[in-house]
Amino acid sequence: MTGLTVVSPLLEVKGLKKHFPIMGGVLSKVVGYNYAVDGVTFSVERGQTFGLVGESGCGKTTVGRTVLRLTKATAGEVRFEGKNILALPLSRFRRMRGEMQIVFQDPYASLNPRMTVGEIIGEPIIIHRAGSAGERAKRVSELLDLVGLQARDTRRFPHEFSGGQRQRIGIARALALNPKLVICDEPVSALDVSIQSQILNLLDELQERFQLTYIFIAHGLHVVRHVSDMVGVMYLGKLVEVAPTDELFSRPCHPYTEALLSAIPIPNPKKKQQRIVLEGDVPSPVNPPAGCRFHGRCRRATERCKVEEPDLKDLGGGHQVSCHLF
Amino acid sequence: MELIQVKDLRTHFYTADGVLPAVDGVTFHVNVGETLGVVGESGCGKSVTSLSIMRLVASPPGRYVNGQILFQGRDLLTVPEPEMRKIRGNDIAMIFQEPMTSLNPVYTVGDQIAEAMRLHQGLGPREAMEKAGHMLELVGVPDPHRRVREYPHQLSGGMRQRAVIAMALSCHPKLLIADEPTTALDVTVQAQIMELMKGLKEELGMATMLITHDLGVIAEMAERVVVMYAGKVVEEGIVDDLFEQPLHPYTEGLLACIPQLDQPRGRLRVIEGVVPNPMNFPRGCRFNPRCLYSQEVCRMEEPALVTVGGGQNSSVRRVACHFGVAERVRTKEVA
Repeated sequence: MTGLTVVSPLLEVKGLKKHFPIMGGVLSKVVGYNYAVDGVTFSVERGQTFGLVGESGCGKTTVGRTVLRLTKATAGEVRFEGKNILALPLSRFRRMRGEMQIVFQDPYASLNPRMTVGEIIGEPIIIHRAGSAGERAKRVSELLDLVGLQARDTRRFPHEFSGGQRQRIGIARALALNPKLVICDEPVSALDVSIQSQILNLLDELQERFQLTYIFIAHGLHVVRHVSDMVGVMYLGKLVEVAPTDELFSRPCHPYTEALLSAIPIPNPKKKQQRIVLEGDVPSPVNPPAGCRFHGRCRRATERCKVEEPDLKDLGGGHQVSCHLF
Repeated sequence: MELIQVKDLRTHFYTADGVLPAVDGVTFHVNVGETLGVVGESGCGKSVTSLSIMRLVASPPGRYVNGQILFQGRDLLTVPEPEMRKIRGNDIAMIFQEPMTSLNPVYTVGDQIAEAMRLHQGLGPREAMEKAGHMLELVGVPDPHRRVREYPHQLSGGMRQRAVIAMALSCHPKLLIADEPTTALDVTVQAQIMELMKGLKEELGMATMLITHDLGVIAEMAERVVVMYAGKVVEEGIVDDLFEQPLHPYTEGLLACIPQLDQPRGRLRVIEGVVPNPMNFPRGCRFNPRCLYSQEVCRMEEPALVTVGGGQNSSVRRVACHFGVAERVRTKEVA
């Protein structure tokens, strides 16, 4: 962390919950809930990147979508520049949406195949009435240049581009309205390793240039390490560990974080590592285990873990962990 | 001893827009019981090479223009189709990237595993189903005899990939082709599948051709590596040598751009640009527009794949570059 005197975090998420109702029976009654996000608290400082990591189904994408009100939260607060945006009337919140944007995971599914690149990137400007047609055209070519594409690409269609280039288009669209916060939902998971590094560097450059704040969602820790200032590890709808990046990688505390770290393949055939392989799959969020949600797969679980749910404890220096061992 | 030899394979696609030389003169071999890693970015011809070995390239538009694929003394490109059917799934089996799309949603997992055994080994339905259960057990699916009766959508991603592996291994193939077997999976599930494949290899002793763009996976799994770029082999060597001293600038770039845990944070190295479109491969060395060391000669002349001074175990080391590591001069600024 830098020594800047920061007044308040750009984004504060407090006790965020999202329970999806499960309908069943003839009358479509609610028969249960999917506890996708179940009490998540974190904050993101201005100009910094908060990495959010976890396996498929742990709720990380839902956190991102709920923060942007793309899905309605069940409970909790999301404070953007101090204002609880979940409590705002939708009409007023809509005007703020330009300040918070999202880059989606799948660069194939998130671009409309019938729209040209110019239309895709220009659409947010039309919706937010942020400029005349002339200004829009100028802005679009400026954005294309920013993300490493060419102005003449405006008239081309998404299918003419490779995966990495499409992700650049998605990034240009997210930047069209000069947002303060950008949620990057697994922006590189669908890309080749060589293209991943191009996109990660681009995001890094853009952050420096426009003082962007990112929430960077990924399923592997090695990707977030390069871009994040803080990292939160999620498991089954809860944050199990939050720490400054270097701290998390040098001193992982939660057994789940340890397992995630050791799962990363090391590109060095001479380094044989002792791998902690997690058995089984993530349990269903419809019926989360009692006690610590990780206890069934944890190699250090005790009797206490099966009955008592651990709280998020502060270890100092911004390092928080929710485990009975600490 | 070589199990399969691919010699100067050229698989081209004849489309309305022109000829796409997706695989353009590829030579390599897989030894008995060995894991060979095939690396390269999307679009460099890895998958078409493996589909050619299985003779599964759709024709038209695909055509095997040239080359031989020698397997147990026979050229797979010329054996009659009924013969090929006996080889496919029996002697040579394949695992595809997406476990969801490579399983049929309307048949149970057990039916799909049993199918190959009924076809190739003439087992009856009951016996095949019994064996399918054993196969699921072998690949570590819990409660296998219940799972055989379930449909793909009832299984998690990791379990589906295990089922696909069980299917491929059901007839004890001599060669297993695994095309990006872990790419679509979570890192934790990837770790599980890698451990599983390592264990199975020791148990069953088959040869594996592992195709991936992730050198981390290669480092853990493979003994030898072939690096492909734009339809050609650009480098080959045993895994320790190749990671220790990559000879081709492309291999060097691929290695450098992996985010590593023991590296300082900050800008990652990249390989600028993208894999060229096969419709217009660049003149000279196909990698030259993206190469940090590209010279005049690289733009004019295509380098041949030559054998270079032995690494350890007198293993073959090949590279296709005009320059040795020492002679290279950086001509482009590194970002």
